[in-house]
Amino acid sequence: MSKITIYINGKPYKVEPGQTIMQAADKLGFHIPRLCYHPKLSIEGACRVCIVEVEGMKNYVASCAFPVSDGMKIRTNTLELRQARRDIVELLLDNHPQDCHVCERNGTCELQRLSYSMGIRNRHFEGQRKDYPADESSEAVIRDPNRCILCGRCVRLCSEIQQIHNLSQAYRGFKTVVMPAYNIPMKDSVCSCCGQCVNVCPTAAFLEKNHTKEVFAALNDPSLVKVVQFAPSVRAAIGEAFGLEPGHNMEGQLVAALRRLGFDYVFDTQSGADLTITEEASEFLERLQGKGKLPMITSCSSAWMKCMEQFHPDLIDNISTCKSPMSMTGAMVKTYFARRLKVSPEKICSVAVMCCTAKKYEAARPELMVDGLRAVDYVVTTREAAWMIKSAGIDFLNIIPEPFDEPLGISSGAGVIFGTTGGVMEAALRSAYELFTGQTLVDIEVQAVRGFEAIKEGKVVMDGQEIRVAVTHGLGNASKLLDMVREDPKRYHFIEIMGCPGGCIGGGGQPYAGVNAIPLDEDALKKRAQVLYDLDRHRTIRRSHENPAVQRLYKEFLQRPLSPISHKYLHTHYKAKEPRGVIPRS
Amino acid sequence: MQTTTDQNRQQLIEYINQLPDRPYRDSYLIAVLHKAQELYGYVSRDAMDLISSQMQIPTAHIWGVVTFYHYFRTQPPGRYQISVCLGTACYVKGAAEVLQAFKDRLGVEAGQITEDGLFSLLEARCLGACGLAPVCMINDKVYGQLNPDKVGRIINDLRKAAR
Repeated sequence: MSKITIYINGKPYKVEPGQTIMQAADKLGFHIPRLCYHPKLSIEGACRVCIVEVEGMKNYVASCAFPVSDGMKIRTNTLELRQARRDIVELLLDNHPQDCHVCERNGTCELQRLSYSMGIRNRHFEGQRKDYPADESSEAVIRDPNRCILCGRCVRLCSEIQQIHNLSQAYRGFKTVVMPAYNIPMKDSVCSCCGQCVNVCPTAAFLEKNHTKEVFAALNDPSLVKVVQFAPSVRAAIGEAFGLEPGHNMEGQLVAALRRLGFDYVFDTQSGADLTITEEASEFLERLQGKGKLPMITSCSSAWMKCMEQFHPDLIDNISTCKSPMSMTGAMVKTYFARRLKVSPEKICSVAVMCCTAKKYEAARPELMVDGLRAVDYVVTTREAAWMIKSAGIDFLNIIPEPFDEPLGISSGAGVIFGTTGGVMEAALRSAYELFTGQTLVDIEVQAVRGFEAIKEGKVVMDGQEIRVAVTHGLGNASKLLDMVREDPKRYHFIEIMGCPGGCIGGGGQPYAGVNAIPLDEDALKKRAQVLYDLDRHRTIRRSHENPAVQRLYKEFLQRPLSPISHKYLHTHYKAKEPRGVIPRS
Repeated sequence: MQTTTDQNRQQLIEYINQLPDRPYRDSYLIAVLHKAQELYGYVSRDAMDLISSQMQIPTAHIWGVVTFYHYFRTQPPGRYQISVCLGTACYVKGAAEVLQAFKDRLGVEAGQITEDGLFSLLEARCLGACGLAPVCMINDKVYGQLNPDKVGRIINDLRKAAR
């Protein structure tokens, strides 16, 4: 279609038709203020912060919802408009607690930023405040309606991207509250604990349950051996919490900083990922030989596991029994490593830094206990870890990088790419191919499963047998893929599902979007993924089963993949959970 | 023997099944909720769960609709439903004091039900009996020319009658 002319603030611009004023203005370098808008979600038009003046229109229009037309004359910054926008934000502030100095989102809050950019420097009105108890029942996600400004981003994300539909705006007017059905506690709801509501919330109405206090207490207890592990995607994103652009690998800095915090041993969750892959590839080959159901579906994403148990329990037999890399690493810390150290596992405090809020839920699952103890005592998110480092006065950006501790510090390139969508599949195929055929996979980079498409499909031929695989990320996409599986159960042999958009790199515990950035921005996710792919490429060991630490673990402790002792410590089982979730027919 | 709940469930399922099958079937949600309230006397959690699984609508969405509209009740109504008129005529004749007297004596706010399930208290706009202002309706009966003392007597009488 031919371009049309619009006028912004008196100057003509040629733009594509069929887009909104906001989209057109963004491309021309006019950033219209906004709040309820998110590019990945449906248009709500609720906050009215993005209003502009359009000549011939009686009222200001919401630029997020209004399409451009030929000859349209738009003003984005008149004095009246500035005043109107400021009034809108002031009215939001009137009902807001206004206790920024004690708020978790102080400095990362979009309402705070808007208030500043609107030039709000004094308060004219004292509005009615909300007074609801915060719901702290969940292990992972806390809901605090008092800080909510009803932008509806969380509701839309939970329904549209994740298709969990746990949240809605209940009641009406001033009494509107975002809550699960029947106002039941979050822990009894269908919430998957993915934490994406935390990522998209502009304020602090959703937060992860904070465990930094407990971790600081443990770090100050001289009777404990303090062990920490961190996930691949944490190193790919934590720099952003310190002001770096996305795309920096901060592995060595994080190891050094965690030692400065007081941890005695810093391990790599990637080492556990190599263990997961060795077990999972073996399990897959067993299933391929008729022992167990196909397609096999991965189980390392804890949000996906909770979602599966509540929404897709008919597929439980298809789920790999392998625990996640975090839980495997934790299990090895409390058994193998405790024995090596000759300390009682009760005396080990096992901490995990994760990109994920659902890992907090996973760590508390009773099924994952190891000899009556939690494999991981505390999970802190990337955000919480960054705060701990800042709070302890550690100069993270200038610290000299340090290597991991042994024995769970060595990892292969396959363990690294676990953190991005398609990574588990690629890692599993690298090992499964060799274990099955006895030959080396020449083209080790499985391009078909890389990238950010909703559903990726690939094929590998192993000894003449075609293995069909599928990869998806985001729980909404997972539902679509699983419907395809139900229709044609023989369509795939192996499926990877990650609960969050982009995989773990887009996890619900990753740093908040910075100034002028969008939560869950795909470009930022791609840069984080690239960090992991680069790390993989520079590794000499790129296959999980070749990891010497893993080989030693089997020799000294686990015997062999799928051995009885492996089953005891590295595998688990799932069962259907109430309440059952409903996914509406689209 | 079938319990009332079983009968209600069955009738609700029958009602949902006879809805015309056309695009945007979700748009019948409000009609179905009206049916549920007619059957159960209120929109029970049992009914909402049933509607969710039958119509494949998430419970959170149903809950959002039910709580948005004043008409839908999420708790069983009291045996005596008291609607206190706050229309203009009643208001100038002291309806606010009457309402307060009901609140004090029953220990509930408007929109709530007493713990024993006997009384539910509601605010109403003009009941069309302005000549008797201030008035209230209890179930189908109109009580006129109310004052706080009279409110106490009415409640005592109803409590006795309920024994």
